[in-house]
Amino acid sequence: MKNKVREFRKLQGLTQEQLADVIGVSRQTINAIEKEKFDPSLPTAFKMSRLFNQPIESFFLFE
Amino acid sequence: MKEERKKHLIQLAIWTWLWVATMAVATFGPSHLWDASEVLTTMAIGTNLLTGSLMILANRKLFNHFDELERKIHLESLGLTLGLTVVVGLSYSLMDQVNLIPMDAEIGALVGFIGVTYLVTLFINRKRYL
Repeated sequence: MKNKVREFRKLQGLTQEQLADVIGVSRQTINAIEKEKFDPSLPTAFKMSRLFNQPIESFFLFE
Repeated sequence: MKEERKKHLIQLAIWTWLWVATMAVATFGPSHLWDASEVLTTMAIGTNLLTGSLMILANRKLFNHFDELERKIHLESLGLTLGLTVVVGLSYSLMDQVNLIPMDAEIGALVGFIGVTYLVTLFINRKRYL
């Protein structure tokens, strides 16, 4: 699935490590999501949505 | 999170080494440490079984502490390892039954196969996702 997580993370001024700590996953997981190698679970997507203050579909693009 | 993970990892390492040590005692004890005493041998095997069970519990704790991607990587590796072990293990046993191999099929060979397969599939999956 395509996503704009990197873009939204940078807009919040967060590093991968910081985002990982807030979401409760490893930095490698954030990196895998940003590289679109791994689609996160629904709870992780919702945590990101709350942090970015954006609906999920604005940064996860289902095709 | 990292500290807790380190704690679980150390606990798993301790129980694994204890399990290996008690396995060695149970294996070589009857011939080298005590004179084939049935009571001591039973106690050694019981201790080995107990430390093995505690090792599994420590592994479960560590696994539950993994995040979603790590779990996916490990579960895929475990699934592949289980499938390959059943298929290769049964072929290995069959080869022994029809005398296609010069030696007896040993459970140790299968355990070694499981270990190597798990490590290889883990390495491949980490390359895929990380």
